[in-house]
Amino acid sequence: MEDWQHGGFGLYLHWPYCESKCPYCDFNSHVAAQIDQNAWQRAYLAEIDRMGQQTPGRLLNSVYFGGGTPSLMAPELVAAVIDRIRATWPMTNDPEITLEANPGSVEVGRFRGFQQAGVTRVSMGIQAMNDQDLRRLGRKHSVAEARKAFDVARGCFDRVSFDLIYARQDQSLDAWRIELGKALELAIDHLSLYQLTIEDGTAFADRFAKGGLRGLPSEDLSAEMFELTQELCDAAGLPAYEVSNHAKPGSESRHNLIYWRGGDYIGIGPGAHGRMTLNNTRWATEAIKSPALWLEMVKAGKSPELPRSALTAEERGLEYLLMSLRLSEGLNLDRYQHLSGTALNARKIKDLSDMGMLSQTDTHLHATAAGRMVLNAVLRELVVA
Amino acid sequence: MTQLDLIRNFSIVAHIDHGKSTLADRLIQMTGTVAARDMKAQMLDSMDIERERGITIKANTVRIEYPAKDGRTYILNLIDTPGHVDFAYEVSRSMRAVEGSLLVVDASQGVEAQTLANVYQALDAGHEIVPVLNKIDLPAAEPDRIRQQIEDVIGLDASDAVLISAKSGLGIPDVLEAIVTRLPPPKGDRDAPLKAMLVDSWYDAYLGVVVMVRIMDGVMKKGDRVRMMQTNAVYGIDKLSVLKPQMVDIAELGPGEIGIFTASIKQVRDTRVGDTITHERKGCTEALPGFKPAQPVVFCGLFPVDANEFENLRDAIEKLSLNDASFSTEMETSAALGFGFRCGFLGLLHLEVIRDRLEREYDIDLITTAPSVVFKLHMKDGTVQDLHNPADMPDLTYIDHIEEPRIKATIMVPDDYLGDVLKLCQDRRGIQMDLSYAGSRAMVVYDLPLAEVVFDFYDRLKSVTQGYASFDYSISEYREDFLVKMSILVNEEPVDALSMMVHRDRAEARGRAMVEKLKDLIPRHMFKIPIQAAIGARVIARETLSAMRKDVTAKCYGGDASRKKKLLEKQKAGKKRMRQFGKVEIPQEAFISALKMDS
Repeated sequence: MEDWQHGGFGLYLHWPYCESKCPYCDFNSHVAAQIDQNAWQRAYLAEIDRMGQQTPGRLLNSVYFGGGTPSLMAPELVAAVIDRIRATWPMTNDPEITLEANPGSVEVGRFRGFQQAGVTRVSMGIQAMNDQDLRRLGRKHSVAEARKAFDVARGCFDRVSFDLIYARQDQSLDAWRIELGKALELAIDHLSLYQLTIEDGTAFADRFAKGGLRGLPSEDLSAEMFELTQELCDAAGLPAYEVSNHAKPGSESRHNLIYWRGGDYIGIGPGAHGRMTLNNTRWATEAIKSPALWLEMVKAGKSPELPRSALTAEERGLEYLLMSLRLSEGLNLDRYQHLSGTALNARKIKDLSDMGMLSQTDTHLHATAAGRMVLNAVLRELVVA
Repeated sequence: MTQLDLIRNFSIVAHIDHGKSTLADRLIQMTGTVAARDMKAQMLDSMDIERERGITIKANTVRIEYPAKDGRTYILNLIDTPGHVDFAYEVSRSMRAVEGSLLVVDASQGVEAQTLANVYQALDAGHEIVPVLNKIDLPAAEPDRIRQQIEDVIGLDASDAVLISAKSGLGIPDVLEAIVTRLPPPKGDRDAPLKAMLVDSWYDAYLGVVVMVRIMDGVMKKGDRVRMMQTNAVYGIDKLSVLKPQMVDIAELGPGEIGIFTASIKQVRDTRVGDTITHERKGCTEALPGFKPAQPVVFCGLFPVDANEFENLRDAIEKLSLNDASFSTEMETSAALGFGFRCGFLGLLHLEVIRDRLEREYDIDLITTAPSVVFKLHMKDGTVQDLHNPADMPDLTYIDHIEEPRIKATIMVPDDYLGDVLKLCQDRRGIQMDLSYAGSRAMVVYDLPLAEVVFDFYDRLKSVTQGYASFDYSISEYREDFLVKMSILVNEEPVDALSMMVHRDRAEARGRAMVEKLKDLIPRHMFKIPIQAAIGARVIARETLSAMRKDVTAKCYGGDASRKKKLLEKQKAGKKRMRQFGKVEIPQEAFISALKMDS
């Protein structure tokens, strides 16, 4: 068995456009006056063909439409893409085909079409449960619209997840308790709860650098918010299976598990990353970021990828380590050793276990609840000699 | 060779910013010594650092030809001297090479502490002094008041002071005339055996060591075999020049003249400033009185930020000491900072200048440890040890008592700020020795421990007086006091680079300040970290750095794996800049900030 098979095989497709750019977002998203959906369709199909030739016969577990705002794609485009994917790879009987959606009215009108195209799951960017904070986050929808959109989505799809951003400006612990309570009432079986992060190159980062964006929580308060989140989600039967992702057991996002479990995934679209194991070499792929250039290159029959890099054993080990410790299921020690060629530093594991940051079974290494909160420091300690 | 009565040798005494370099520029310009197109500001300050800081570090000289009103052309030799207290020894030896001084005083600011010290040196050297009031065209100029002040404070008749504006060129011809008519010509005997004073020397990448001399008696010619009387070394003169200020070769130098020569001398250390140079044969028998070599008084450690730069640092320090025999170095190792050098300097400015030159001219990032002074440890067995580095402090049980260097500090300050200055000096364990007034300016003399002065005293003085105080000092004596070594412990581990000698009464305050600073500088770890200041086993100040609570990245999907991996790889590389103390990692930047002299 090849190592990637522990994680499975998926396809990520990036739609790079949004109606407006949110100030916290550092994804490869752009606002454009006119989008030629037909041109994008031709390009996506060409890329699926190109990737299919390199990975023939692989069983595909999952497809993920991310962005940008993929719910702005025409349902016909989504249908054409899914059809071509089905024609290219064999798929599992019950594949997970997720599409990220915004709860705006335009998008909601397309939900039925997406369902008919083959989408089985949507992940909605609700982000906050009060209108003032939605505006501060640059979101165009209201809470009422979000609730309505959510109902429509439930009627169309078996599986609906949504995202919230917390640890926002001026958000108290109690306010978050109430907000998360409301979210848990709404939630079905999956929830992504992200602490607001000021990412370089975003409007928030500019504002932050200029001394704006006051009232962000201290490290202590954001730690308390994180702990409260675990407590409330556990009680609601939605424990964290990953740092920021909660699900009823069995309802985890299969696509995202491919990333965290070190599976292979094909990346299609501007700026999309991929990992492909070909003849025992694992390649990291990345496409050119600019949507216009990407489109132009594919149209011209060229590969829109940046030069691929072959991952060394050390890099493969490192990626597996930093992704798998985010999961509650943890890291398989044998698999790590097999991948990287060396075992993890036993003394460091012992020190970190003594500190209560790691726990170990015969086969696996896990970050504890305390360790998961300071995972960056734990990883640094494990990796940096 | 020039007739003695057509030579005038002089220096300029002035406080920083009172216009010394500008006046020198004007004298050079007005006599056409340098073509207008080659003229640049601060002509004689050749180092970048000198131009940037507006200070003179090395003595420099220029030979000016001046057709005077009496119809004769005179040779004027100006030796430009450093104004800063750290370089007082350069001033004193330069003074001995000339017969007179221009005392330049800002016509609105008046006499400052440094001016005072330098003018006394000029008087000691037997100079004729011509007072010059500069910046006379400024609205705030008060020539009458300043004239009176010069008489009151220095005891010099200033009634016929020359009034100038060096900036606009006003009064410069009067200065040139005053040099010729009021300063005495040099004395000397052309027929006597060669007797020349070694005024200065420096290293030139093309010429090797360049020696500046003032001829007292006799004649020096190119090709002469000369002997240094202190070292007894003999050299053949390869090149003989005068500085205009660029080198112009000359056939011979006679009595009263100032010039330079090269003689295949390899190191500046081979030349002793103040030495007497004579001919190898038929030399003079009696040497000039020599100078006392300058002693380093301030010490600090210099470490490369990147340990791989150690060899480069060693080379750079060697090169710099080729040119500056006044700073001393020895290798040092520190658990915190790795390999480096313990260096001795003439003062804080000297330290900063050397550090700046290492960083800029040799492109080495440096960590400078807290400056300290040399303590004398009187051991119970009767011996005396010099302590240059607090980390080397022996066990207390062997020590009988500790002495520290004291200075005599002269501070001139406007009346309004006097209270603050007195308080600052008291806080620094000062003993007031004198307090007098000249108009609305007070002059205070304090006996202070040098150790208290090297620790941000200038800054405090500047800030409490809004920059209006001037300060000068001279080392007075070593004296016993209740001194202790304060160590800093991070997570119970001593951090050698942070230990310091302090007075027992001030230890708590200094310890508290240090642990508070460190608490902000050391990053949080996964566990809490006590930070303590201690004398021996006794903790005198403590802070606790709480444990890190949350740092996990919120989102990490397919595209983030590469980013996250790169970050970890960067942290791996950044490890070089971290220092491990037990379980605690302290970034080098924290040491730099904790030890930074607030400059």
